[in-house]
Amino acid sequence: MAEQTASNKPVVATISLAGCFGCHMSLLDIDDRIVQFIDLFELNKSPVNDIKKFTKRAHVGLVEGGCCNDENVKVLRYFRENCDVLVSVGACAGNGGLPALRNKMPLQECLVEAYLDAPTAELGKAIIPYDEELPKLLDRVYPCHEVVKIDYYMPGCPPSAEVFWDTLTSVIKGQGFDLPVELIKYD
Amino acid sequence: MPKITFKIDGKQCTAEDGQNLVEAAADNHVYIPTLCHMKGEKCLGTCRVCMVKVNGKDMAGCTLSVSEGMEVTFDTPELNDKRKALIEMLFVERNHFCPSCEKSGRCDLQALAYRFKMHIPRFRYRYPFFEVYSKVDKLMLEHNRCILCQRCVEFIRDPDTNRKIFSMRNRTNKSMIQVDYRLANKMSEEQIDKAVAICPVGAIIKKGQGFDEAYGQRKYDQHPIGYEVDGGTNSK
Amino acid sequence: MVRMKNQIQSIAEKYSNDRTRLMDIFWDIQDLHGYIPHKALRVLEESLDISTADLRETLSFYHFFHESPSGKFNIYLNKDVASQLKGHEAIYAAFETECNCKFGSVCMDGTFGLFETPCIGLSDQEPAALINLVPFTNLTPQKVKDIVAALRAGKELAALVEQYGYGDGANQQIKTMVCSNIRQLGPVFGEKISTGEGLAQSLKSTPEQVIEEVKTAGLRGRGGAGFGTGMKWSFCRAAKGSTKYVVCNADEGEPGTFKDRIVMTEYPEQLFEGMAIAGYAIGAQQGILYLRAEYKYMQDYLEGKLKDLRAKNILGQNVLGKSGFNFDIRIQFGAGAYVCGEESALIESMEGKRGTPRVKPPFPVEVGYLGCPTVINNVETLAALPYILKNGGSWYKGFGTEKTPGTKLLSVSGDCEKPGVYEIEFGMTVREFLAMVGAKDAYAVQVSGPSGECINAQQSLDRKLCHEDLSAGGSMIIFNKDRDLLKYMRYFMTFFVEESCGICVPCRAGNIVMRNNLDKIRAGHANQEDLDNIFAWGQIVADTSRCGLGATSRNPIVSSFKNFPDLYKKLLDEKTNPLYDASFNLEASVEDFDRALKEQNQIGRNVHA
Repeated sequence: MAEQTASNKPVVATISLAGCFGCHMSLLDIDDRIVQFIDLFELNKSPVNDIKKFTKRAHVGLVEGGCCNDENVKVLRYFRENCDVLVSVGACAGNGGLPALRNKMPLQECLVEAYLDAPTAELGKAIIPYDEELPKLLDRVYPCHEVVKIDYYMPGCPPSAEVFWDTLTSVIKGQGFDLPVELIKYD
Repeated sequence: MPKITFKIDGKQCTAEDGQNLVEAAADNHVYIPTLCHMKGEKCLGTCRVCMVKVNGKDMAGCTLSVSEGMEVTFDTPELNDKRKALIEMLFVERNHFCPSCEKSGRCDLQALAYRFKMHIPRFRYRYPFFEVYSKVDKLMLEHNRCILCQRCVEFIRDPDTNRKIFSMRNRTNKSMIQVDYRLANKMSEEQIDKAVAICPVGAIIKKGQGFDEAYGQRKYDQHPIGYEVDGGTNSK
Repeated sequence: MVRMKNQIQSIAEKYSNDRTRLMDIFWDIQDLHGYIPHKALRVLEESLDISTADLRETLSFYHFFHESPSGKFNIYLNKDVASQLKGHEAIYAAFETECNCKFGSVCMDGTFGLFETPCIGLSDQEPAALINLVPFTNLTPQKVKDIVAALRAGKELAALVEQYGYGDGANQQIKTMVCSNIRQLGPVFGEKISTGEGLAQSLKSTPEQVIEEVKTAGLRGRGGAGFGTGMKWSFCRAAKGSTKYVVCNADEGEPGTFKDRIVMTEYPEQLFEGMAIAGYAIGAQQGILYLRAEYKYMQDYLEGKLKDLRAKNILGQNVLGKSGFNFDIRIQFGAGAYVCGEESALIESMEGKRGTPRVKPPFPVEVGYLGCPTVINNVETLAALPYILKNGGSWYKGFGTEKTPGTKLLSVSGDCEKPGVYEIEFGMTVREFLAMVGAKDAYAVQVSGPSGECINAQQSLDRKLCHEDLSAGGSMIIFNKDRDLLKYMRYFMTFFVEESCGICVPCRAGNIVMRNNLDKIRAGHANQEDLDNIFAWGQIVADTSRCGLGATSRNPIVSSFKNFPDLYKKLLDEKTNPLYDASFNLEASVEDFDRALKEQNQIGRNVHA
């Protein structure tokens, strides 16, 4: 196989929003295919290589986690603008996942319970953390597709390494992807 | 019992006259998916996932009795999409968080969603609020996962009085299953196990018994739903 | 407690401890206590031999039953479209102010309970409310103030109603605010007929001949579905079973319909006589009038009419001297559920259960009330029978069109000069209809209620009201140009969401997803795909639902889009970056967080000051 130069390999970017990085772990779980991965793809913005800003447009963006705060939304939009194809990865990106368990109660109740009425909170002194640097929480956790247009979804918590591999290799060929039944799992 | 012949998607099938279509299909190795129907029990007709076409008309398969010469259309892109849509409606209607559910891996709703290759529901999640009911000594009702199939309502009765233990309350999307507190506390271990087992989702949970089967070894980890009927031949 | 136990036991005994009479038992208990206490359920559990969970199934299904203490005066304000068109908002606010509580609750001292309810069959005299099921019509904020003040001062509810109603005041027996508003009678209901004439004529023939006569007349069900009445009867007559029932479906709940109300108050003799004719034809001895709770105020009046008919031997043993033909009628009340208009749901309700449509087949003509063959006919269908049997089937067939013979009662409301009831011959054009009711500026007409069609009035002037063209079930709501049509379509979707019995998935969950998409469109956040989705999803709901409610629930959106596409298209969002979802608003979604900080946090307050 001819050696591909960095410039003409498909560019992949990844991000974790309100997720647990479990999906990223699963991506790295592709075992020795990691070598193939490096051959096939160029990794741009991603926590794996710590590139903070897109240095070029990506063909595929993988988004783990839903949106629980305003920073998530901004990053997700940044990804949407810089990726040709955006893939929602895992349960959290798809339905909010475990963070979305808070969706059934008002945010204020949730904050009061966590910071003010918590057993460890010091009476009279506890506050809801706030700083200009801290992102603001959204009223609920939003799945990514309620914020931006999503092209494909990878189910699973996390999606298995096989799912990542299947998805990446077929999406990059410009095909839609058709996961075999046995790879579709939600847990 | 006289035998009759009928067709499902052109496939010649035989059955007893008047047999329930879902069951007759199963006897002929065709798996018509359903979330409410149980073999040998009365038809509930609540989930509508078993939709088929007979004489060009959409019908719930579980409500039909087979007759000589009947021609059933079952496996078409249009009908499969309807089934998938119904499953997706159930996913968004309440809070189905599979990763934290005791029933995951042996849940009929989840397994059917796999079978129909649902990656994400086409509808918006609603995130309604339902409190878990845990007053009964040995079981819990996790309303967030209930699909209101009514199996527990119809098929679990107090053995002494034949009164309903589970029932439905309210109407419309506010419907919820409820239990008769005193009768529920009288339930035997076996009866509780039965209630948990016939619940197609994780809405009826036995206390003290949660994630008791390892990932990879649960019912639908082994084989997709319907495998025992069609041997995996028409699961796509 | 012992006293209550005895009371409840004797109520149950009054109905022979029969669980199928649970609706009546609940009504009696509620009349006594204002609600149905948990303790009463514990007594009924033993009397009726069913669990409290089972009792609650029925109890919690119907919106007129209360599980917790209600007000001394329970005010049910109609929130339907006809009311909205006549100033519902001001009345709503007036009740909240005067009663000093919010809708959906009971005021502090327990005097007033405020509740909302869909159409109460008074669309021609809105805004209207039921106070302890007594109708108060043509409300204004001032009237609300006076009514509430009088009740608070201890005045009797009945004393607040001074006018004589029915027959537009002509009936001096009945004090009620309800006017009949009959604007036009046609060749059938306009004919003077003496009570018993049609039945006497029927009894001279064999039951089979009676069925033939009705087939000749071409009479079709007047509830909306339009099934051949004679055909239905012949199925029931042929069905096996010695006990059969005739049920009159008086659960008219389709928003905008009130024609059955007029039949029951102006033509009760014909209605009951029609039931006897049906009973003779199919071989039934018992008739049941399933009357919606919204019409409970008619109870005494109708019971009186039944008594008169028994005295005239039109009901009773050996009816009109026909040896061996015994027939009597009882009234069964519902308790607030639109879906009970579906005939199998109606039977379930009559049997004291949740009003959930049954799995079909079998159909009621074979397995109906208490498992017996049952014919269920609409009020208007039954009331037309004495005329048909007296004058002959071919006389009736001479009216209307070839395929839809006969006449139809229309309930007309909304933006027109003369709301009320009209008897028309089938085949009338929309043009003639609009001129008849004085709708000079009609923009849209909701024909046959939300499950029917929203037509573009000006483009449909030559369409005909009949089954082969524009099926007219009775409800006609007229909208002017200045009305926000989609607001009302949205209400209709909400109506279906709230009235779905909830047993099948598509209707329970699917109506909501359609409504949510309509909301997205109305908010200006939808794109073409969202619009297309509504129709695709609506098709799925229609095809997979268990009964007619789910089969027609998409109609408000589908028909209004078909006839007014621009109303939708102009709302589509073309400005937002197509890569974003326009309905997500970042600023709005952090408001809760800012508020939480302000309200809970000293630091937050400083930062945001």
